[in-house]
Amino acid sequence: MAVRRINIKDTRNFEKRKVDKKFVIKNLFGYLKPYAPLLALVFFANILGTVSNLVGPWLCGLAIDNIEIRDFAKIAFYAELLVSLYVVSALLEYLSAVGMAYISRGIVKKMRNDTFRRLSTLPVGYFDVRQAGDIISVLSYDIDTVGESLANDVIIVLKSSVMIVGSLVMMIIIAPVLVLVFVVTVPLSVIMTRIIVGRVQPLFRKRSQKLGELNGYVEEITTGQKTTRAYNCEEKIIADFEVKNEEAINAYSRAEYFGTISGPCVNMVNNLSLTLVSVFGALLYMFTVGGMTTGQISSFILYSRKFSGPINEIANIMGEFQSAIAAAERVFRVQAEEPEPADKEGAETLENVRGDVDIEHLTFGYVEGKTVIKNFSLSVKSGQVVAIVGHTGAGKTTIINLLMRFYDAGGGTIKIDGKNVENLTRASVRAAFTMVLQDTWLFAGTVYENIAYGNPDVTREDVIRVCKAAKIHSFITKLPQGYDTLLTDNAVNISKGQKQLLTIARAMLLDSPMLILDEATSNVDTRTEQIIQEAMGNLMKGRTCFVIAHRLSTIRHADKILVMKNGDVVEQGTHDSLMAQGGYYAELYYSQFESV
Amino acid sequence: MTKTLRYIKPYGGTVALGLILKFFGSVAELFLPLLLKWIIDGVAANEALNSDQKLRWTLIFGGLMLVCAAVALLGNIFANRLTVKSSGRMTHDLRYDLFKKTCYLNSAQVDGFGVPSLISRLTSDSYYVNQMVARTLRLGVRAPILILGGLILAFTQDAVLACVLLACVPLVGVTVFFITRKSIPVFFEVQRKQDEMVRRTQENVTGVRVIKALAKGEYEVGKFEDVTGDLAATEFRANRMMSLSNPLATLILNLGLVVLIAVGAACHSSSGTVLEFLQFFTIILNAMIALTKIFVVISRGSASASRIESVLDMDTAETIQNCPAGDSRYKIEFRDVSFSYNGVENNLNNVNFAICGGQTLGIIGATGSGKSTIINLLMHFYDVNSGQIFVDGRDVRNYPAAELRTKFGAAFQNDFLMAATVRENVDYGRNLSDEQINRAIDCAQAREFIDGLDGGLEFDLAQKANNLSGGQKQRLLIARALAASPEIIILDDSSSALDYATDAALRKALAREYASSAKVIVAQRISSVKHADLILVLDDGNVIGAGTHEQLLETCGEYKLIYTTQMGAGGEEY
Repeated sequence: MAVRRINIKDTRNFEKRKVDKKFVIKNLFGYLKPYAPLLALVFFANILGTVSNLVGPWLCGLAIDNIEIRDFAKIAFYAELLVSLYVVSALLEYLSAVGMAYISRGIVKKMRNDTFRRLSTLPVGYFDVRQAGDIISVLSYDIDTVGESLANDVIIVLKSSVMIVGSLVMMIIIAPVLVLVFVVTVPLSVIMTRIIVGRVQPLFRKRSQKLGELNGYVEEITTGQKTTRAYNCEEKIIADFEVKNEEAINAYSRAEYFGTISGPCVNMVNNLSLTLVSVFGALLYMFTVGGMTTGQISSFILYSRKFSGPINEIANIMGEFQSAIAAAERVFRVQAEEPEPADKEGAETLENVRGDVDIEHLTFGYVEGKTVIKNFSLSVKSGQVVAIVGHTGAGKTTIINLLMRFYDAGGGTIKIDGKNVENLTRASVRAAFTMVLQDTWLFAGTVYENIAYGNPDVTREDVIRVCKAAKIHSFITKLPQGYDTLLTDNAVNISKGQKQLLTIARAMLLDSPMLILDEATSNVDTRTEQIIQEAMGNLMKGRTCFVIAHRLSTIRHADKILVMKNGDVVEQGTHDSLMAQGGYYAELYYSQFESV
Repeated sequence: MTKTLRYIKPYGGTVALGLILKFFGSVAELFLPLLLKWIIDGVAANEALNSDQKLRWTLIFGGLMLVCAAVALLGNIFANRLTVKSSGRMTHDLRYDLFKKTCYLNSAQVDGFGVPSLISRLTSDSYYVNQMVARTLRLGVRAPILILGGLILAFTQDAVLACVLLACVPLVGVTVFFITRKSIPVFFEVQRKQDEMVRRTQENVTGVRVIKALAKGEYEVGKFEDVTGDLAATEFRANRMMSLSNPLATLILNLGLVVLIAVGAACHSSSGTVLEFLQFFTIILNAMIALTKIFVVISRGSASASRIESVLDMDTAETIQNCPAGDSRYKIEFRDVSFSYNGVENNLNNVNFAICGGQTLGIIGATGSGKSTIINLLMHFYDVNSGQIFVDGRDVRNYPAAELRTKFGAAFQNDFLMAATVRENVDYGRNLSDEQINRAIDCAQAREFIDGLDGGLEFDLAQKANNLSGGQKQRLLIARALAASPEIIILDDSSSALDYATDAALRKALAREYASSAKVIVAQRISSVKHADLILVLDDGNVIGAGTHEQLLETCGEYKLIYTTQMGAGGEEY
């Protein structure tokens, strides 16, 4: 349905405002809560594993000290201890990683399902003003970011903190003076990482933006490759591409220049602390009585590695955490969207519908302050055919949106069988209509599933019957697996017209008292249309019909014709009365016979 | 992959310089443990030195360590810069050639690849190749140097201990390699399931009206939950596998350490040596992990490279054939033309027609009857299988493509508009004058809506022109076709979204403003072709009727049928 799309260009850049951390954390907490015991277990295993990992260097140092004095019994003892320690530590590390993967998988799944469930309750208007891509990226990319952050970052931060504190404690125990080295190197590395990240992030953003532009251009041009050749403008197009290509590569290089600095810099700081520790360690060993053994120096060096590594890691992860929180916020914003208003309390279910529709003084606008439909009234008796004509964009589909209660009217009432639709349940109002739309909607499933979609109780015979009526049966039987052929994106070559016939068949299976045909046969060629005319006639017989069509011949016999122009209903009447009136309708009608 | 790698060649000097710097940087890093050992063993524990000497030597070696650290820093930073530069330029060149090639592919070649596949070769594949080259240059050199250099240094220090190290390296390598290799297919599976989820979401967003109308929301939620459940399970499987790699690698290395200490003790190694080897261990472990990451990047990158090469290998050289002259006196003439896209079934059978300059040809028929195929052959996007097509008396195969196509201005079915200004879209790189563009816009009945746009001719279209309606897009396309006042105007189903009044005004303006151009109009609606000098009625690749509107009403039953269907029974009255 051609609803005006308000182009929200990439909502991501839109939200420059600050992330509401409290809102995010409160929601995230709800997801973590069911896993509290397991989470505690994972944390415990992790801490235990890390601690046992930390004891390692200390034992190593003791063992190395014994190398000097050649005490093999002691060395063997320490070696055994080390082996069991390392095995236990590895096991615990593995278990906590798997445990966290399990938790994050559960949370990601629930988050996706919750978000999708919320989406399924949102009003049509929500989807009309958003790009499908934005919604998809929340469900896939954003939730993935949150999940990955949970699975990896949480563990790393936990492990790193234990590691940092633990190795710091161990180093202080071994040689408090040497720890002073880190008073210099740690702030150095943290500040450096911060500066680099601060510099690099905008560059990387620019890089993805430029790459996105290049990809967008490539997509366009490749799709229209024939056009380019038809206009002989390959050279111009290639020159344009070259500009974008150059920009993208420059942005890439600039970002990478800075991005690849951070690794060597971090290494440098590590090497610096290694040097300082070695020199001062050696000095301590030489010039203080009982200051340090070589074993202690070696443990200290091992600890210093375990100490500085995690600090850098945490510094790196902070950036990821921020993007995870921003992603989580987008997810929770969708979950917090206002669903379609609930049916009124005590709302009636519309049953045994005759199909009388009365519209009184209807007013409506998609955007507040911009009225599209003004004071519109219409009375349709059961079984009548109402045609809506007018230019593209004249607001024809708006009427359908209101009838189906995809949008709620701003003022005035719509009555079905004399009952105000506001007092009826939405589901029952919608069930009273069958729609065939210009934009055919088929999903990735079998042909059979697609046709039986609205009515799962039907038999195969029913499906075949309607397909025969819609003149699509012989096409279907020629498909590789007949009615069980999967309709996926590219697998089956199926034309727009055939798609439309399939949706007509789908509509024929529904037994609703009212019918909406929005350019239902616009893609069907005239010959086929002629052939299915009888079936369409049967479909319309006895039903209240709302028909939108370009082709005026199809609506000549309508009981009522609404002529729309710029959102207003400018004329109303039958074909004959409108022709006699000699107004806009007559002008439209004559124009199709006009010969030059 | 060789062809792709050849793109590095022009930057060989940069690459070589980068590698040399990288080499020195990495070697400098390897000296650190060595110096550390000398401080502990050669200085601190050396009883032959007095304390002054000890202090001096400690500071000297400490200073050397700093120098090594600095060399490592600078060497790596500059080497990285150089590799970024060469991999960036190389990607640029590769992408440029690929794009150029894509622009010149003929239609049969484009059909062979498929447009989505060509797009992904230009976008994600070229990105993966870039990643592969950049990562390999950056880490793929450093890691082996570190591993190899580390091993060599270790052997010069203590052959027995070095053997322990040597034993650990392949063990870690093989373990990580196998885990990675086993999990890659699972990750691909994750990707597939993710795509499935994306597709479901997309379906639900586009079909929101149908789903709501049929109250299938709950049903769709259930189906979605099946998909996410499946996805989560696969993801868990992949992560469980990958979670093995880190603890296992660390474990092997740690056990190696213990063995090292034991062996060191047994062989009377000095504690300084053992300490030095501990450093080698750490360096080598990190290098191994980096290598396995590169392995993933390379396996993906080389697959992408071969996909890119298959496009680059296409032959796009223009061949001007030498077909018989055939003395055609018309602007356009089809003589007994037959054609098939796939070589199995004919899409056109023995088509004959001719029109003169200034005349209008209308083509009507059901979808798939061959209307657009006539256009494709006329503009020589494909070669005919038999028969001949003449434009200005010359077989289209005897024209250089550029010379033939400048005669045309075409708006194709589902043609595309760029994300650029209205003006740029109409001009389409032809440097047309304002006058030409304005005239085309007026004639295409696009003036009114363009004036209403923010900025008029300078209004920016969104991607796929999503901010215009179907009818507005069609009118811009028509304007583009007209703008250069071509000898032949082609409108392939390009007014289907226009209402009748606009369509009629367009036809009038066309006849008035572009009287000398030949016009080929393909349509579903009879009113669009009714006025043509010659109308072809196509059915399944055959011309089943040819003539003027009046003639066809007499002679062609099919035409008459279409006419009465579209115009209603009373059509003739008007």
